[in-house]
Amino acid sequence: MLYAILCYNPEDVVSSWSKEQHATVMSDLAMVREKLTKERRLGPVARLLPTTAATTLRKGRENLVIDGPFAETKEQLLGFYIVECQSLDAAIETAKELARANPGSGSYEIRPVAQLHQSSL
Amino acid sequence: MTDIAWIHAMLTSARPQAVGALLRYFRDLDTAEEAFQDACLRALKAWPLNGPPRDPAAWLIMVGRNVAIDAKRRERKQEPLPPDDVISNLEDAEVELAERLDGADYRDDVLRLLFICCHPELPPTQQIALALRIVSGLTVKQIARAFLVGESAMEQRITRAKSRVADADVPFEAPGPVERAERFAAVAAMIYLIFNEGYSASGGSARAPLCDEAIRLARLLLRLFQTEPEVMGLTALLLLQHARAAARFDAQGEVVLLDDQDRSLWNQGMIAEGLALIDKAMRHRRRGPYQVQAAIAALHARAATPQDTDWAQIDLLYAALEELQPSPVVTLNRAVAVAKLRGPEAALAMIEPLAPRLSGYFHFFGAKGALLLKLGRAEEARSAFGEAIALANTPAEAAHIRMHLDRLEKDCATQGSAKVAT
Repeated sequence: MLYAILCYNPEDVVSSWSKEQHATVMSDLAMVREKLTKERRLGPVARLLPTTAATTLRKGRENLVIDGPFAETKEQLLGFYIVECQSLDAAIETAKELARANPGSGSYEIRPVAQLHQSSL
Repeated sequence: MTDIAWIHAMLTSARPQAVGALLRYFRDLDTAEEAFQDACLRALKAWPLNGPPRDPAAWLIMVGRNVAIDAKRRERKQEPLPPDDVISNLEDAEVELAERLDGADYRDDVLRLLFICCHPELPPTQQIALALRIVSGLTVKQIARAFLVGESAMEQRITRAKSRVADADVPFEAPGPVERAERFAAVAAMIYLIFNEGYSASGGSARAPLCDEAIRLARLLLRLFQTEPEVMGLTALLLLQHARAAARFDAQGEVVLLDDQDRSLWNQGMIAEGLALIDKAMRHRRRGPYQVQAAIAALHARAATPQDTDWAQIDLLYAALEELQPSPVVTLNRAVAVAKLRGPEAALAMIEPLAPRLSGYFHFFGAKGALLLKLGRAEEARSAFGEAIALANTPAEAAHIRMHLDRLEKDCATQGSAKVAT
């Protein structure tokens, strides 16, 4: 079953990481990705730019385009993983692996994927 | 990687909001700072044991406030401070406080803090030192090293800045929209100043982290002014310039000109973010100097090789900048584009009238020398380079000109035609 693991973290904390912290986290996360790739379980993965680079379209009678993310939250959506897991428990285990690679602050939302369409990129 | 590294990142990122709120409560910068420091010390003890709180800033504000209030009471009654667990046991209070700290307070608290740093009565050196100390949280030692002064000299500079601020009239009410607009301009200028201090330093010096700090402050300002195109422009400009950091100096610490840089070393992530911010700014159709400068930097960032650079567009942008923010330095920079489009003769004609106003500016003589060299006027080039060396701000700048001069000597000695680095 496919699960989306949505990565939330306070982006002002992330941008306060030292260069060493950043390098360590990136390389530890890369190892998790490699392991998942070997197990043929890794789908699309994205790291997003900060919410200061975001623009939001609010739908309505008149569509409103505003600067900034959808919501002002304490932790921001910074990226996601699409992963093949046998069960919810397995998905939680995968999220825990990611958390070990990227400890400290933030949350992972684990949401089953209803449909994944083929990428044309 | 220890817990401490993560806690430090949380403390650093919470600083502007926490110190800002404590300043609002106590109306005194020293009290606010000490309260924050005390709260951080307690955090470093409590958070590794209990895990960090859900809202680090709220925790720090609460603890900081209680510590400062208790300290003031102790001063009056000469009692010892209550033990840590009484002050830091916040489970119930935390939720309540977090709810009370809403977005409006955050914005004004941080803005007030930033504005204090660029108070008009402070000279730029004090503005920068104060901002780096109270907003960025760099230690006095780090700041002193960055500016090549002794620690106690920097300590004095910061103390002087704080007492000038204490004497001046700092309004503690929430600023209205007009005030906010005025203050943002001053804050943006200060951030740009910090960036330039870091940018002009030679590779590997203690100043380079100033560029990172300036970018963090710019992003902070952007969160306060989410819809302001000039703040997007400023942040984009800093990102696009800093993206070139790894390519700007060679192994010997000497300057590598834009044309000669290894573009594979440019930081594509920063370039992507800079370009994204320019896209957002352009939608507002409110041109401004930071946006124009960012657009120029973007044209360089987009060129895979120097030959791909769209100099015609850069020339137009500099013309726009000349209208928005006329200055001889802008004209000088425009001349570089003109040299590429219409040749060194036209560029030289543009910059020669600037001589009286730029007589103390290193880059003027560097550019003049380079243009004269291209035109084969070796003697005049040598004299211009000589004036440049005398005005060099850093060893890297001086070394760069010396390289031109050495080449000139060699070429004149062999009587061959000069092969020039542009």
